[in-house]
Amino acid sequence: MSATPEPFLGPTNHTPVRHHILSVLVENKAGVLARIAGLFARRGFNIYSLAVAPAESGAKFSRVTIVVDAESAPLEQIVGQLNKLVNVVEITDLAPKDALERELLIATVAVDDTTRTSLLDAVAGFGASIVDVDAQAVTVMLAGTPAACDQAERALESFNQVELHRTGRVALPRLGRTAPAISSTKTESN
Amino acid sequence: MQLTGAQALIKSLEQEGVDTIFGLPGGAILPVYDPLIDSTIRHILVRHEQGAGHMAEGYALATGRPGVAMVTSGPGATNIVTPIGNAHMDSTPLVIITGQVATGSIGTDAFQECDITGITMGITKHNFLIQSAQEIPRAVAAAFHLATTGRPGPVLIDVPKDVAQSMMDWWYPTTIEELDLPGYRPEVPLNETAIDDAAQLIAESERPVLYVGGGTLKSHASKELVAFAERTGMPVVTTLMARGAFPDSHRQHLGMPGMHGTYTAVTAVQKCDLLISLGARFDDRVTGKIAAFAAGAKVIHVDIDKAEFNKVRQADVAIQSNVAAVLRALDAKDATPRNLDAWWREIDGWREQFPLVYDEPTAEGPLRPQHVIEAIAAAAAPGTIVSSGVGQHQMWASQFWKFEEPGTWVNSGGAGTMGFGVPSAIGAKVGRPDRTVWCIDGDGCFQMTAQELVTARAEGIPIKVAILNNAYLGMVRQWQEMFYDERYSEVYLNADLPDYVKWAEAMGCVGLRARTLEEMHDVIAQANQINDVPVIIDFRTDSSEKVFPMVAAGASNDDIMVHPLQTGAAK
Repeated sequence: MSATPEPFLGPTNHTPVRHHILSVLVENKAGVLARIAGLFARRGFNIYSLAVAPAESGAKFSRVTIVVDAESAPLEQIVGQLNKLVNVVEITDLAPKDALERELLIATVAVDDTTRTSLLDAVAGFGASIVDVDAQAVTVMLAGTPAACDQAERALESFNQVELHRTGRVALPRLGRTAPAISSTKTESN
Repeated sequence: MQLTGAQALIKSLEQEGVDTIFGLPGGAILPVYDPLIDSTIRHILVRHEQGAGHMAEGYALATGRPGVAMVTSGPGATNIVTPIGNAHMDSTPLVIITGQVATGSIGTDAFQECDITGITMGITKHNFLIQSAQEIPRAVAAAFHLATTGRPGPVLIDVPKDVAQSMMDWWYPTTIEELDLPGYRPEVPLNETAIDDAAQLIAESERPVLYVGGGTLKSHASKELVAFAERTGMPVVTTLMARGAFPDSHRQHLGMPGMHGTYTAVTAVQKCDLLISLGARFDDRVTGKIAAFAAGAKVIHVDIDKAEFNKVRQADVAIQSNVAAVLRALDAKDATPRNLDAWWREIDGWREQFPLVYDEPTAEGPLRPQHVIEAIAAAAAPGTIVSSGVGQHQMWASQFWKFEEPGTWVNSGGAGTMGFGVPSAIGAKVGRPDRTVWCIDGDGCFQMTAQELVTARAEGIPIKVAILNNAYLGMVRQWQEMFYDERYSEVYLNADLPDYVKWAEAMGCVGLRARTLEEMHDVIAQANQINDVPVIIDFRTDSSEKVFPMVAAGASNDDIMVHPLQTGAAK
């Protein structure tokens, strides 16, 4: 979310338990993102990353993928409050181990004749692709797991980075492990 | 049928059965005020938009129907933010209509523009910025549906001026589906397993307490509550938001829990083995230090709002439902606790040892504020509605007035909004013209919103206002005396400035004053004879009076401080 790099989280399969992925289906209406962001801000919930795009069902709905810090507040509270937003249609909680997560990283790296080759080697090493080139710089792209993006980010640290952006992750349940939509099971007993 | 957006808005309100709008016109809302002339809806012209909001709240709290207020854009809209926040905290159903600058001007810092949907996002249940006149019926119908179902709350509709002026083809939604609220499902089927679990906990309990909150009133569950309590024999406490949900005169009623609750209610909750929360939310003013709150109790938490579960206190059984349905289901299971004789013996011992008390009144005054409230109550017609502001007078009103039925106590709970009393009393009287409405107010609160007495006089709304005039911001003074070494910082108000009698008269009301016991009884009798204009009484009360019992902020409820008369300490 912020311009300064977030602390390294470790590979996906070691993603700290405190992070949860909420896949939130919302009505595609003006101000919905502000309602979600405002709720997180006023209740003191932390957002680690956020990705928003129109959902499969066309223009009526959007899907917001929020990686939340479940240590800032109990997940039950975050989901419960989020669910009260009238524009929120469905919330799916994806535990990291049950989720297929992907994220996009793009980075522009300044190169000269001596560093160009080692950059290309590194890029090949972590499976990224070159998307733009000029005499002084190369832009590389990686679509992969958050862990792969973390590795790529570390690998690129040894080069003279001009700019590096990550999108934040999107996720789906792994096949055979369809996560329950929390907001459809409204009655609970502990 | 072609209508303007403004006509469609008024017609939509008529469709929803609205009989009264509290409001004040201005530039952006002007188009909507024009068709109002031709409507059957009564409009109460307020003197400040905050008054409109609190009147709508008073109307809603006294009638159980949603209150409606309408104001213009910019400062008109921001002036009603406090009532919206107040209604949000207390889950009061309101529909607020605000004017907005024309759609083409939004975002340009136009005259009297403000982002009221942005401002109120966190303090409304939902809000709408209308984009076209055709949308108006759906937005109004959705607003009333949202405001009144599930956990009620305020809903705001922002209407740009050009939308109000443009034409639409009249229609009105007749089904929930047409409201197009795919994310809103307030009612859920009752979880039978949870009911069984709750019945089991009840069967195992020896020291249960029914902790009754505002949700019990919101779900109109008083009848079920009385039936359940009498069948099971359980003691009942009613929170500040639930006063009137269970008759104060009932033997099983222990009073209000919390910071200024009765010793018996606070202590019974502390020592219970099963706390059955019915539409309450474990507010910090009830729990005190949360780790020490009812530490030995299992908790059954009933609430229509799932997000209340485990927010403050972990529930052993959580049941998402309206209160009435749960009580009926538990009755059907014949859920009954063990023999409660020993529990009641303990409770009755506390009741006998620590009733609510205050110092003996003196004939020459100053008056005891608690005594004034009891004297007004003793002379009041049955079913009298009481409103209050916020502070000492509010706590004394809650403690010393005897509430016997729902809708008779109108106050600001969660937000603690000073100045709530006068306008909410006006709204209550508009909603229940058959009832006497007393506002028990403080001198500090009165000065915040008293201009609405002009509204009351002009509109023929004869409320009665008792100012417990102790010349101080009394609750702040109490804290400064008890917790700030008697360093009184900015709390003195002066009992004679303003002259409340002259002020009342200037506003077209009757103004009375009482300093002695004889005058007190006399002015109350006079006030009860006046039923055509508002009456304001300046009761001169003792500045040093403090509200007891008291649990200091953040302290354990075990450390409740009782009245000095009960500790043997000199006052």
